[in-house]
Amino acid sequence: MANIIVNGTARQIDVEPETPLLWVLREDVGLTGTKFGCGIAECGACTVHVDGVAIRSCSVPVRTVEGKQITTIEGLSPDSSHPVQQAWLAEQVPQCGYCQSGQIMATVAFLKNTPNPTDADIDAGLTNICRCGTYERLRRAVHRAAALMRT
Amino acid sequence: MTMMDKTLSRRTFVTTALTAAGGFALGVGFVTPSEAATLSVRPWNDDASGMPGEINAWVVIQPDDTVIIRYGRAEMGQGSFTALPQILAEELECDWAKVKPEYASANRNFKENKVYGTLSTGGSRAVREQGQIVQQAGASARERLIAAAAKRWNVPASECEAAMSKVTHKMSGRTFRFGELAVEASQIKLDKEPALKRPDQYKFIGRRLERLDIPLKINGSAKFGIDLEVPGMVRAAIIKCPVFGGTVKSVDESAIAGRRGGLQVVKLPNAVAVVADRYYRAQQALNALKIEWEVGAAGTTNSVQFRKEYIDALDQPGANARHDGNVDTAMAGAAKVIEATYDVPIIAHAPMEPLNAIAHVQANRVDVWVGTQNADAALTLAAQASGMKPEDVYIHNTFSGGGFGRRLGPDEVAQAVAVSKQVGKPVKLVWTREEEIRQGRYRTQAAIRFKAGFAADGTPVALDMRNSAGSGNPANVQNGVDPQTIQGLINTAYKLPNFRVVSILKNTHVPLGPWRAPGHSQNVFFVESFIDEMALAAGKDPVQMRRELLAHRNDFQQLIDVLVEKSDWGKPMPAGKGRGVAVHESYDSLVGMVAEVAVTNGEVKVERVVIVCDCGTVVNPRGVENQLEGGMIYGLSAALFGEITVKDGRVEQGNFDTYPVVRLKDAPKTEVYISPTPGKRWGGVGEPGATMIQPAVTNAIFSATGKRLRSLPIKGQDLRPNSGV
Repeated sequence: MANIIVNGTARQIDVEPETPLLWVLREDVGLTGTKFGCGIAECGACTVHVDGVAIRSCSVPVRTVEGKQITTIEGLSPDSSHPVQQAWLAEQVPQCGYCQSGQIMATVAFLKNTPNPTDADIDAGLTNICRCGTYERLRRAVHRAAALMRT
Repeated sequence: MTMMDKTLSRRTFVTTALTAAGGFALGVGFVTPSEAATLSVRPWNDDASGMPGEINAWVVIQPDDTVIIRYGRAEMGQGSFTALPQILAEELECDWAKVKPEYASANRNFKENKVYGTLSTGGSRAVREQGQIVQQAGASARERLIAAAAKRWNVPASECEAAMSKVTHKMSGRTFRFGELAVEASQIKLDKEPALKRPDQYKFIGRRLERLDIPLKINGSAKFGIDLEVPGMVRAAIIKCPVFGGTVKSVDESAIAGRRGGLQVVKLPNAVAVVADRYYRAQQALNALKIEWEVGAAGTTNSVQFRKEYIDALDQPGANARHDGNVDTAMAGAAKVIEATYDVPIIAHAPMEPLNAIAHVQANRVDVWVGTQNADAALTLAAQASGMKPEDVYIHNTFSGGGFGRRLGPDEVAQAVAVSKQVGKPVKLVWTREEEIRQGRYRTQAAIRFKAGFAADGTPVALDMRNSAGSGNPANVQNGVDPQTIQGLINTAYKLPNFRVVSILKNTHVPLGPWRAPGHSQNVFFVESFIDEMALAAGKDPVQMRRELLAHRNDFQQLIDVLVEKSDWGKPMPAGKGRGVAVHESYDSLVGMVAEVAVTNGEVKVERVVIVCDCGTVVNPRGVENQLEGGMIYGLSAALFGEITVKDGRVEQGNFDTYPVVRLKDAPKTEVYISPTPGKRWGGVGEPGATMIQPAVTNAIFSATGKRLRSLPIKGQDLRPNSGV
């Protein structure tokens, strides 16, 4: 049994404590915006926030996040109005879109610590994989989001 | 700075410039739901044949004016779920805000004699092949709506016109909404199909429309195959024999006895699956099984041996795929001859979404929910795997998390159907990343030997190529030639009086398939590298050599003009940096690239890439830019890192730690310029970007270091200057 708080709602889930948070979110909570990409914390498609910190949920046992505030892409904003989502829309970042929940969640956490990033900061701080190759506009969108958040 | 268009409606397009001085104009570029067409998070239907208001198989107009436009391709990121409806809407004269695209039904395509043509999505064909079909469908629907209105008013159709989802009688100003006319229009037969608009009449084609799927892809709501649930569903993990072609010998289930999750082991001839109530339980149980495989002789093979075999095969007799002039005579009389051998390893696709499918086999029908590039093939495979008739199979195509060719051969569909049949329930089968890397349909290993002959003044007079590669589809082989393996060789735009391509086909037990720009993807690396070697031998600048070999092509000359200007070609670079060029025509598009690299302590960094494209008619410039940028990154992964190795008959890599791909830190600054020349082409753009980056980078490395790389990937090769060529 695991007691977790997802997007502000407390839930009790009947799973083995070693189950990765990713699968609990997807199959027990029913939030499928968080994606399975690699299972070994390499690609970042499963990025969510735990107490505001970006983590790769495929490699985090659910027992380690009990009682903590978990935020998924669905909980970022009720209407896609978060500045990072708006920047993603304006720059038309996604292609297939599969990695983009994770990219957005990683960016939100990144901008908290680096509110005025250079390209070099972005390249070093954002390590999620996108196979469609949206990096050029993703970089632009991070700058745009940073600008939106400063206003 | 950037220009963005904001689409408000068919009539009012507002162009807004974002200025650097003014900072970002916040909010600009958004299309609210009331202004734009919309896509459902689940954009498929069961079988919508014969709906009221269905004017033809492509267009349904509902009483509230909603326009359902059927989409006969697969959306895997390339944007044609927006582009094809955009093309149809141009002719239909409908209000874009009323448009709701959805997938065409594969079941209906089968039952109604390919009413949608092929649903297969590959070959950069969506726009260039299906564009005209949907234009005609839109024009036909429009004329029938006009005819229905004219009939009601008892006036000649010529007095009526359609715009913004209304038909207007010009003289009286009377109007009907499309929604009021659709049922009658669906009954009307036209004497002849209407002519299509001329390109200079386009109001909608060519607009920088925002993609319809993006709002669903920034908040987690878009449903990919892996996200779906159906009632009563169980979940399955699977491992196929890691030696291709092998079979299951035995399975020891003792390790999972008593585990939680309603576990059930399912044996297929060549794979073992575990079914459970939760995927993680299924996956963990599968890992715990002791499986013995029957692997046969393939179990002793390895990549070192394969590489040698493909290179050795170049000395074997082959089939002439093309021969102009007389290469042997020209070579014998040449003042100078150069020769070089190149090769590439097999590589995997690694789309972000691992392959998966939900199958539900019932007594009278089979349903499959899957993100597939080829819903027609999925239907055929599901019928075979279930033993049902194709007309009883329903494919519900979903968004795909990338395809790149891997989702053209839907192996996961056959497996999911087989498992569902055995357990008697709907089954969601999900491959692990390891399964995806180890059970690919890989880009072929390939090698090539070039010979070029020059006249005394340095003019190239003969080019000879002997190419060894594997066929991804032996059924296509004719006279010893697979048309796919020689793409980019036989149809090069370069013109030499004596030119020959010899094809030597060689397969191993490794399954092969189309990898973004099949054939071109390795052959453009080969040819564009060797053209640089020819330039060096002739004492010419690489761009100049290309201009001379393309002297017969004004369109290429124009493309190169733009490329030279935008890329600063010829301007000095600091030590350790270099530029490399590549140009190529494929999928009816001309593309040129210049890459800038810096080589520091033997490590390469691609700093900037300039791409110029002439694809003829542009449907949506955003889409063109996206595809070229993304294709370039996809090819860059292959150039820098792409290598699958085989040992003991099985793939050694398994995940992104051992099969690295480009991340942000590896991604160059990228500029795309669209520079179309007049003509009738609707060039494809999904694939060309993936080819040219490979030689552009290795040519730039040569420029920076004097090292000519004749194999890929670049990773692991010695790039220090003067370390030998």
